[in-house]
Amino acid sequence: MSGILGFLRGCARLVARGNRAYYAWLGVLAAAILIGLLAYAHQFRTGLIATNMRDQVSWAFYVGNFTFLVGVAAAAVLLVIPAYVYEWEPIKEVVILGELLAVSAITMCLLFILVDMGRPDRFLHILPLLGSPNWPHSMLTWDALVLNGYLALNLTVVVHILYKGYRGEHYNRKLIVPLVLASIPGAVSIHTVTAFLYNGMAARPFWNASILAPRFIASAFCSGPAVMIILFQILRKTTRIAVKDEAIFKVAELMAYAMFVNLFLLGAEVFKEYYSATEHLLYTQYLWSGIGPHRALVPFAWLALACSVSAFLLFLVPRTRRNFVTLNAGCVLIWAGVYIEKGMGLVIPGMTPDTLGEIYEYRPTATEWAIAAGIFGVGFLVFTVLVKVAVPIMTGTFQAPDRAADHPSPGKSAAVA
Amino acid sequence: MSGERRTPQSLPVLPEAPADPGRRSFMRTAAAGAAVAALSGCGLEDFFRKSFRELSKGDVQKVLASLERKHSAKYGRAVTVSGAPAQPGVEFGYGLDLSRCVGCRRCVYACVKENNQSRKNPQIHWIRVLEMDKARGVDLAHAEVYYEADQVPRPGHFYMPVQCQQCRNPPCVKVCPVQATWKEPDGIVVVDYDWCIGCRCCMSACPYGARHFNWAEPTLPKEELNPVTHYLGNRPRPKGVVEKCTFCIQRTRAGRYPACVEVCPVGARKFGNLLDPESEIRRVMDTKRVFVFKEELATHPQFYYFYAT
Repeated sequence: MSGILGFLRGCARLVARGNRAYYAWLGVLAAAILIGLLAYAHQFRTGLIATNMRDQVSWAFYVGNFTFLVGVAAAAVLLVIPAYVYEWEPIKEVVILGELLAVSAITMCLLFILVDMGRPDRFLHILPLLGSPNWPHSMLTWDALVLNGYLALNLTVVVHILYKGYRGEHYNRKLIVPLVLASIPGAVSIHTVTAFLYNGMAARPFWNASILAPRFIASAFCSGPAVMIILFQILRKTTRIAVKDEAIFKVAELMAYAMFVNLFLLGAEVFKEYYSATEHLLYTQYLWSGIGPHRALVPFAWLALACSVSAFLLFLVPRTRRNFVTLNAGCVLIWAGVYIEKGMGLVIPGMTPDTLGEIYEYRPTATEWAIAAGIFGVGFLVFTVLVKVAVPIMTGTFQAPDRAADHPSPGKSAAVA
Repeated sequence: MSGERRTPQSLPVLPEAPADPGRRSFMRTAAAGAAVAALSGCGLEDFFRKSFRELSKGDVQKVLASLERKHSAKYGRAVTVSGAPAQPGVEFGYGLDLSRCVGCRRCVYACVKENNQSRKNPQIHWIRVLEMDKARGVDLAHAEVYYEADQVPRPGHFYMPVQCQQCRNPPCVKVCPVQATWKEPDGIVVVDYDWCIGCRCCMSACPYGARHFNWAEPTLPKEELNPVTHYLGNRPRPKGVVEKCTFCIQRTRAGRYPACVEVCPVGARKFGNLLDPESEIRRVMDTKRVFVFKEELATHPQFYYFYAT
C-alpha cells in the first residue's frame, strides 16, 4: 500500500512541477474550464433554452462535438493494430500515448453527453439495477455501454503499464495483450455504435444511409492520428522521449489511405443523393448549396471539403508527407476538415429541414461555445496530467525509490508497451 | 357548433373519478405540500424513486397523492392527478378529414389549454397545422406552418394538421435509453416525465415532429391551469423533459373526446374505439378511403387521414 501511496505522491509532485510554459498552459486550461463552468451553471439554471437548439434542431453542437471526439478516441486503434498485430517496432513506444489520448477523448465525450441532457440529475436511470436501461433496443444504451467499457479498458492498460514501469517491473503480458487486442474491436465499436445512433433513424434520411458507419471509421482514422503526429513532435522536443521520424511518416501514410476512403465514401453518398434526386436530396442540398436564403452551413461545408482534399494531397505525396512543415499543416487541415464534417456537417443537416419540412437555422450560442471550451479544457487537462506522469515513467526518470537503487536504468523497453 | 357538446356514444364511459380527499382541504395540506415540493425540489425523493411502470399499486397512489399536493400548493387550487389505466377492449383511433379542415388552428389552442402546455418562451404546440399547395399534394418541402390565420382557407391550399400518430411501431419508444416512454394497451404512446432524462433521442427518431422538449421551465399561469390531469398526460411538466400528444388521455380514458375533436368547428376530427364496430372511427374506416402519413416508414399510425368529399 505504501508503494501505491508513494506512487500517487510522486505523481502529484510531477504534475505540480514544471517550467513557465507548463504553468502558462495550465493557466489557459483553468481559464477555459472556469468559463465553461460558469456557462454551464447558467444553462443548468435556465434550461437548455440557453442553447440555440429548439424542437426543430434538437441535437446540435454538443452532440456534434461528442461525435467528433468518439472518432478521436477510436483512432488509438490505428496505432495499436500495427504495434501489436504486426509487431512493428518503432510504433510500440508510442502506443501508450494513443491510449492516453483515448482516455481523455472519452472523458470529453461523456461530458458532452452530460451537458446535452435535459435532466443530468437522472443519469442513474440508464444504469442497470438502479435504472431501467432500454437494452438492447436503444442505441444510446449501447453507446453508454461501449464508451464506458472502452474507457475502463484503456484505463486498465494505461494504469497497469505505468505503475509497473514505475516499479521497474515488466507489465503482465497475460493481462495486457488480451486487453490491447480487445481494444481494437472496442475502438471500432465505439464509433460504429455512435454512427448507428444516427443511422437507425428512418425519420432522418440524411443519416439513414448504410455508408454512415464506414464513413465514421474512415474519418476517425484521419482525425485521431493528426493529433498524435503533432503531439509526438512536441514530446520529443520537450522530453527525452524518442519518436523516430519513421514512425511519424508511417502514421501519415496510413492517414493518406484513410482520407482517400473517407473522400471516396463522401463522393459515393453525394452521387447517390444528387443523381437520384428524391425528396431526400433536400438535406444534402442544405449542406452544400443551401435552401433558398438558408445557407448557414454552406461556407463550412466547402471549407471542410477544401481542408480535407488539400490535406489528402499533402499526405499522399511522399515529399510533402516527409516535410514537417507541410506535414503539420496537413494535420491541422485534417483536424479542421473532420471537425466540421463530423460535427456540424453531420448533425445539423440531419435535422434541417425538420421532419415536417420547416427550416430552422441553427447557430451555437455563446453559452454553447463556452461550455464546449470548458470541456475541451478538461480533456486537455486530463491528457496533460497523464502525459506529465507517463513520460518520466517511460524514460525511466520516475521510479519507485527502492527499485531505482536495484535497477539503475531499466530503460524504455521494460517500461513501455 | 355541431362539433361541440357531442356525446361520444362510441366511447366507453367510466364513472367519475372519486373526489380526492385532499381537494377540499388543500389549503390545510398546502404547507405539507410545500414541504414535499421542497423535498422533490432538492431531488432526493425523485432521485431514488422507481419508474412509473415499476411502481407497486400502493406506491402509485402515494406518488399521485404527492403530485396532487405539490401541484395544488404551487398553483393555489385543487389539482387532481389521475392514474387511470387503459380499459380492456379499447384501442383508440383518430380520423382527420382533410377535405373539411380549414386550417383555423382552434385545435392547436384548445390542445394548449387542455394539456397545460407552456404558453410562451417557449410556446409549445402539440398540433402543427401545415398549409399545403393543392397542386403539389402532401409535399413537406413546400409546407408552411406559419401562415396567417385570418386568411384561411386560402384558395389553392389545403391544411394538414399533424400531431402524434400513436404509431403501432413507434420509433420513439425503441430509441429511448431509459424506457421512459412506451405504448399503452389502448394505443396511446406516453412519457413518464419523472423518468425522462432529456436526451431527445425520441425527437430525432419521430418522423412526425410530434415530440416537444421543455427547453425552459414551462410558463403556465396559475389561472390558466387545467386542474384535471393524468400522470401520463397533461399534468404540469418540469423543464428538461419531452412531452407529446396523448389523445388527451385524461379525457379519453374517462369516456370523453380529445379537446381537439371537441373544438373543431367543421367536424373534421373523428375519434373512437377501433375495436368497437359501432364507433365513429370505424364508420370512417368502413366508408372512406383512409391513408396514413409517411406510410413508407412502416410506423403504422393509429391516426388516419381521409377525404370525405
